[in-house]
Amino acid sequence: MIEQFPIFVLMFPLFGAILVTLLGFWKQRLAFPITLIALGGSLFASVETLRATVEAGDIVYYLGGWPRPFGIEFHIDQLNAIVLLVISTSAFLAGVYSKRTAELETPEKTIPFYILYLLMVTALLGITLTGDAFNLYVLVEVSSLTGYALIAMGSRRAAFAAFRYVIMGTIGASFYLLGVGYLYIKTGSLNMIDIREVIHGADLVQSPSIQVAFIFIMIGLWIKMAFFPLHAWLPNAYSFAPIGSACLIAPLVTKVTVYIMIRIMITVFGADYVFGSLPWSEIVSWLAVIAIIAGSIMALAQTDLRRMLGFLIVAEVGYMVGGAWLANQTGLIGSIFHIVSDAFMTLCLFLFAGIVFLHAGVRRIRDMQGLFHTMPVTMFGFTVGALAMIGVPPTCGFFSKWYLINGGIEAGHWGFVIALLVSSLINAILFFRIIEIAYFEPIDAPDHDGHRKTHGHSGTKISEAPMSMLLPLCVAALSLVLIGLFNHEIVVLIKDFLVSAGMPGPPS
Amino acid sequence: MEELLLARLNYWTYIILMMIGLYAMIGKRNLIKKLIGMSIFQSAIILFFVSIGVKRDATIPILKHEIVHAYHEGAHTEKGSAEAKSTSSELGPAPSEPAGRHGNGSLPAIDPQQYENPLPHVLMLTAIVVGVSTLGVALAIVQSIYRECGSLEEDIILRRMELRDD
Repeated sequence: MIEQFPIFVLMFPLFGAILVTLLGFWKQRLAFPITLIALGGSLFASVETLRATVEAGDIVYYLGGWPRPFGIEFHIDQLNAIVLLVISTSAFLAGVYSKRTAELETPEKTIPFYILYLLMVTALLGITLTGDAFNLYVLVEVSSLTGYALIAMGSRRAAFAAFRYVIMGTIGASFYLLGVGYLYIKTGSLNMIDIREVIHGADLVQSPSIQVAFIFIMIGLWIKMAFFPLHAWLPNAYSFAPIGSACLIAPLVTKVTVYIMIRIMITVFGADYVFGSLPWSEIVSWLAVIAIIAGSIMALAQTDLRRMLGFLIVAEVGYMVGGAWLANQTGLIGSIFHIVSDAFMTLCLFLFAGIVFLHAGVRRIRDMQGLFHTMPVTMFGFTVGALAMIGVPPTCGFFSKWYLINGGIEAGHWGFVIALLVSSLINAILFFRIIEIAYFEPIDAPDHDGHRKTHGHSGTKISEAPMSMLLPLCVAALSLVLIGLFNHEIVVLIKDFLVSAGMPGPPS
Repeated sequence: MEELLLARLNYWTYIILMMIGLYAMIGKRNLIKKLIGMSIFQSAIILFFVSIGVKRDATIPILKHEIVHAYHEGAHTEKGSAEAKSTSSELGPAPSEPAGRHGNGSLPAIDPQQYENPLPHVLMLTAIVVGVSTLGVALAIVQSIYRECGSLEEDIILRRMELRDD
């Protein structure tokens, strides 16, 4: 039974989606409970998978019993197991939250929403589980296709934002596919571990085809994860999407793509190939510096809360890519740890943005006066999220930045260190501006040309969002602190993974 | 020159098609033209993949009749001696099955050079499905844009969206 858990992680949301399709049209009320059960089952299975990985080491699961390199293999090590847990937890929280958003935003499309939601979670989990490069492509496209549809369900401008995402996403995925093609020409294999063995065994390290494959795959993934010069699709897509979709897509899609990048670098090509025989570490980490600075500055220029968060994601992608390309263990630890913490930070902030938009009608930052008085719990959740974004201990944001900065110092990459510090400062400005407006500015300030759909704020009457929205926000905020407090345990796991993948720590 | 151009004609075609597709996706302002570009782009990659499965003087990856026949015979004689543990070998034994391999040695060898590599083709079946679904989703999105803005020209759409925002 226990050895089947890796497939259960995937099967729960997949069959949940099928069940919603079959039963949802019969009784619409069933859609939400089925979704929740499927996500809960997946969460349980991924907890068990993580526990099994910690106790017994890597899990190898051959689908259909076909061994490597013929069949598709699920290879679960510490990295997968952590990312799996992040995806299923965050999808579960956003799932609880989506009950209300689906009713409010897309009342006539609840069934398609839940089907797409579950399929997207399936694809994201599948991306994390699979050990097959082509399988990965298909799952990336499944997650993107569901993502396009989920985004296009949103407000008037969402469709156009989704269209741009379709174009960019397709270019990205096609580049990845081309890269896999070149890898296949040279190695004759699609299994990630097998590819690495062939590259290093048959001495293809100097082969130009392998280099071309690497470049294509990296550019494809950078487009998909909105790495700085290729980021243009992201802010609009995330800010015009329906809240329910954004809360699933924004925390997970970019983070999972960063996971793919690290997986490709470490498992498929091998750390010594990527950092040893290629001259790009320096270039990419400088690109990451530009991404961090540019993302932060553009975030500073935004008036719309969710657009600002979108640009912050661009900056955060810079953190993770930069950390991974510092070419040392500490940087990679920071990068992987930041996948975990950034997923929850983004989740927390998007849940917050959804509550204030749907419940208080606030979209712009300057309209947020008095929210601390009317929605104290919501603002508490936001404050924790903001502190994590800034990087205040003991939240997780502090520890991921700690490792990233240490990695930068170890690599002697001062540009990266400075970029991280500057970005933290800009985050502090951004979030304290919001806190100031929401806490100190009087509620009865003149409404700005009716942008605020007034809910009749009579004095400081508390009008909180319903429990189904508050609870996920509070759990997300709590998990930010918990991840921070238990950072040592997570880092030990990541370190185990990196050492076994041939990325030794600094000589001490 | 001939070696560079003609022998690699497929690859040159794929690169040219890919560039055309990429140009249309990024440079054209009409949404449908962008989608046409996307289709061309994806077809280029399919052409690339299908090309890498080709071998000189090779045939489709189905075992030649004589070979299948010989293996059938071999399997039958072996079955006679080993007294049929299962009836599944009636269904034409796969060449990799031990029953075929450990035959009496007179079976014709299967030369992989005689057959094209089927794997890229199989991959492309999946990629075609992915491409079709992407196109479907994209067309649905374009439809809703058209319903919203009444145009398929990017500039006009952007202008109308700006106007309606205020």
